[in-house]
Amino acid sequence: MKLHEYQSKRLFDTYGIPVPQGEVAETPEQAREIAARIGGPVVVKAQVLVGGRGKAGGVKLAKTPDEAEQRAKEILGMEIKGLPVKKVLVDPAADIREELYLGAVLDRAARRVALMASAAGGVDIEEVAATTPEKIVTVRVDPLVGLADYQARELAYGIGLRERATVRQFVGIARALYRVFVETDASLAEINPLAVVGSEHQLMALDGKIVLDDNALFRHSDLAEMRDESEETEAEREARLNGLSYVELEGNIGCMVNGAGLAMATMDVIKFFGGEPANFLDIGGGARAEKVAAAMRIILRDPNVRVVLINIFGGITRGDEVARGIVQALEEVKPSVPFVARIVGTNAEQAREILQAADMMTATTLAEAAQKAVELARA
Amino acid sequence: MGILVGNHTRLIVQGITGREGGFHTQQMMEYGTQVVGGVTPGRGGETAFGVPVFNTMKEAVRETGANTSVVFVPAPFAADAILEAADSGVELVIAITEGIPVLDMVKVKKFVDERGVLLVGPNCPGVLTPGEAKVGIIPGTVATPGPVGIVSRSGTLTYEVAYELTLRGIGQSSIVGIGGDPIPGMNFIDVLRRFQEDPQTEVIVLIGEIGGTDEEQAAEFIREHVTKPVYAFIAGRTAPPGKRMGHAGAIISGGEGTAESKIRALEAVGAKVAAYPAQVAEFIEQDLK
Repeated sequence: MKLHEYQSKRLFDTYGIPVPQGEVAETPEQAREIAARIGGPVVVKAQVLVGGRGKAGGVKLAKTPDEAEQRAKEILGMEIKGLPVKKVLVDPAADIREELYLGAVLDRAARRVALMASAAGGVDIEEVAATTPEKIVTVRVDPLVGLADYQARELAYGIGLRERATVRQFVGIARALYRVFVETDASLAEINPLAVVGSEHQLMALDGKIVLDDNALFRHSDLAEMRDESEETEAEREARLNGLSYVELEGNIGCMVNGAGLAMATMDVIKFFGGEPANFLDIGGGARAEKVAAAMRIILRDPNVRVVLINIFGGITRGDEVARGIVQALEEVKPSVPFVARIVGTNAEQAREILQAADMMTATTLAEAAQKAVELARA
Repeated sequence: MGILVGNHTRLIVQGITGREGGFHTQQMMEYGTQVVGGVTPGRGGETAFGVPVFNTMKEAVRETGANTSVVFVPAPFAADAILEAADSGVELVIAITEGIPVLDMVKVKKFVDERGVLLVGPNCPGVLTPGEAKVGIIPGTVATPGPVGIVSRSGTLTYEVAYELTLRGIGQSSIVGIGGDPIPGMNFIDVLRRFQEDPQTEVIVLIGEIGGTDEEQAAEFIREHVTKPVYAFIAGRTAPPGKRMGHAGAIISGGEGTAESKIRALEAVGAKVAAYPAQVAEFIEQDLK
């Protein structure tokens, strides 16, 4: 789950990381009031959960409250990469001397949390990593010790900080960022830019991004409540509430599969035989009939779907449960598109009996099922 | 004899009184696995499926001489269950549970490594040695004894490939599901090393998917240390970047973790990479003839 910039910066603030004291506006008038309260130049920033807001014109400077209102009017209602802007953050404009980068990520290969810093902040860090990796300094954190001060100093000196006060402030921010990461169960916590501002060369987090580990939201009800549901499609929302993994794609062959790997392979096989998958959908382990019915409704909501391919290999998900779910869903939804089903594994024979009694087309191999589905999608 | 489980396995089921734990305890017993007990805190002294239930893992190991545990405990409590198992004296812990917070796994991984305990999973289907024992949820019907060692990040995709092999009369030495989480216990390399040393394994199947760089690292290991033929399938050629495809670990991010990169790395070290799961079995059938 992604947090908005303003949500991330509020979290940073509670951990003692300096952030601009801005506020969120949902109307141009509110933006004007906030700008008047701040007094002085402000920056008006679109709050949408995609990158590249600046390039898309979603971040603008305003010198007066009038101008802030005007800029907010332009940005609110804009669409950035298909997402409508519903909120803007109005921050006091900063006197930026330098732009640094500081981020915490999960380093899968090292099996640790890594902190990365760079003097090349303010730009896409993946770009920096790809073109000039020597500009990024990384430390990996022992999970039982936490981020040690010496590691934070290695980052600070590694990116060229020299003034003692700045180094000391950087160390404090790095430690706080690591705490934010661990205590919110994040998979990414990023300050970009971490700006050097004003004549005193103070560090300040001008932008922030936090991505939370969905698997840990059960112990962070306060963070789970921050979810912006307007950023989800109806289908994505229904999938999430039913504990299903669903990703919408461009094709016309709906897919319902148990297991992420098999679901991806099913998409790949459809493509291999000349078809186009309409979605990724993993009904997960131990799926009950109601869950399967929900999956069916989500797939059939997509108007592009011309045929549905069901591919179930029974392990923890018992085949007969899935078959009953399919039949229950068919009775509820009464779809006008054909179905091809393949169920193998635990209780598979019972599953086939149930499906055949409901006049469903069945297949024994994935290749056969995919080929049938591709044919039906073309018919 | 399999590389991890077999006739020697004496198994404790953590979460034996739960729905999934109970169902699969019966399935494992029917397959022939020696289940010697279960653990559910607060249910010690009871009996489930003919075996004793204990409150703690230490007690269970002391009373039964168990050497392996399998974790069916719900995600919020599963990391603790793995720690408890790793501290109880068993040599091998197989964690089936999906949805364990990844930062819990960062600590768990370090803890089990320090104790020299082997961890398979989490978010995995377990391990099956055909004809001997299964620990986890792999349907026994897909497998038959033979020369192919299978290691996989995906549960159902593993069944798919094993099933296609079995249909062609080609059996398996061990089937190891290492799971779809970003931080797994054993990884491809840990299992490849054992397959290379295992006399029963003549052919190795590696089933990977998008996300991370474990397949690329496995390719490096194959180049240096594996002389047995390797066949592979990588799921997610059609997966869009930036979207998590079900498994917590299955995501292409920052240009890293694409199927193309993994396929290229594996092909470069001589592995035959299939275009669809059944093709793995087709390749092996052709080459064994």
